[in-house]
Amino acid sequence: MIAIIDYKAGNLKSVECALKKLGFPCCITHNSEKILGSEKIIFPGVGAAGRAIASLRHLGLDEVLKQAFETGKPILGICLGAQIILDKSEENSAQCLGLINGDVKLFLSPLFSEENERLKIPHMGWNSVHLIKRHPVVEGIDPADEFYFVHSYYPMPASDKYIIGTTGYGVEFPSIIGYKNLIATQFHPEKSGTPGLKILKNFCTWNGHYAE
Amino acid sequence: MLSKRIIPCLDVRDGKTTKGIKFKENVDIGDPVEMARFYYEEGADEIVFYDITASSERRNIMIDVVRRVAEEIFIPFSVGGGIRTIEDMRAVLLAGAEKVSVNTAAVNAPEIISEGAGAFGSQCIVLGMDVKKVEPSEKTPSGYEIVIHGGRTYTGIDALAWAKKAESSGAGEICLNSIDADGTQQGYEIGLTSLISNNVNIPVIASGGAGNINHMYDVLKYAKADAALIASIVHYGTYTIKQIKDELHSCGIKVRNTW
Repeated sequence: MIAIIDYKAGNLKSVECALKKLGFPCCITHNSEKILGSEKIIFPGVGAAGRAIASLRHLGLDEVLKQAFETGKPILGICLGAQIILDKSEENSAQCLGLINGDVKLFLSPLFSEENERLKIPHMGWNSVHLIKRHPVVEGIDPADEFYFVHSYYPMPASDKYIIGTTGYGVEFPSIIGYKNLIATQFHPEKSGTPGLKILKNFCTWNGHYAE
Repeated sequence: MLSKRIIPCLDVRDGKTTKGIKFKENVDIGDPVEMARFYYEEGADEIVFYDITASSERRNIMIDVVRRVAEEIFIPFSVGGGIRTIEDMRAVLLAGAEKVSVNTAAVNAPEIISEGAGAFGSQCIVLGMDVKKVEPSEKTPSGYEIVIHGGRTYTGIDALAWAKKAESSGAGEICLNSIDADGTQQGYEIGLTSLISNNVNIPVIASGGAGNINHMYDVLKYAKADAALIASIVHYGTYTIKQIKDELHSCGIKVRNTW
């Protein structure tokens, strides 16, 4: 059973639908025992970091996630779930979970492309990912594949060793980060068509081992 | 680099796709879930559903459509039409939509934008704007006015001022529909799209008037739209989404071309 963590930060239904389509049993839950008893955890999220982290703490799920991480359970963070695993966020100056060292940054405004076109914020739509490391969860992803993003902040780990893939939008930012049994995507694999489903499927069959 | 999005729009009434009733022989009319699946498989980047169900009692049919779409289609989709309250938004989002679009309700009570953004995040609040060209005046200096009730009622609100206000209230995106161009297949309203897109910092979807691929090229290239909404040209089978994307790509527009 895969636990999809419900901390009132939206977009859970889409993740559940994608896993059902792929044939992996899952449940949406904020129950600590269920989460710790699951085989794997998906940690999605949209919205603001400050509210999300407050909600996690209120439900006691910050400690549950840390515990699950330490026991080696495979964890997938999505979107906001790829941000609040870092130490802190510029959004609402929120102190986050600190599973990976680093900060969450706001896209600088105004932001310009290489062709000097003004770029909108949020970064919303389909963009590619440059894989700079191999990882079981991104196995089979083609450089031409694109993924659906919607965000104004991005994760910036303290060390390059955590960065698995990057995406260009005015800056080259980390769009897939990972450490041990934790992997996280700034984009939404559950809304990224076939390549996104492939990432979810890879995660669902991943044993949590990753040799950096 | 971010791709420009190509977004088919499906009008849904009482659970059925209605666009193109007059052209029945050319069009798949019927189950919006089937049509959405078809466009998803063809490479649509996102899908917009516009619920034109007249009575609120039948609203549950739309929620059921949303639920079925969410089970089958793994790209973002939004729902507009008849969203009047935070509870309406919640129902649509819980059923699996990524975004909700508000139009008339936002004109009548603008706080629905900030309340919606506060409750669900800006990324899922789309402001739908129906716009008509008017003589520039003190009230409407941009020369474009917001209209409601399908273009029948002028509101006296300036389109540019309204777009900026919605952005500062927390709208995450604007779907900009030119009533003058809508349904003509004579091209998007370039002046309007360019005016709005260059003066807000949130994405703008251009809507109304797409008749051929040159129209799409112009609105994406020159009017700086972030996405192009299409209806007739794909519903009537003039083009497939793949053809549109291949041609835009060959003209140098960045689009997603594998899926």
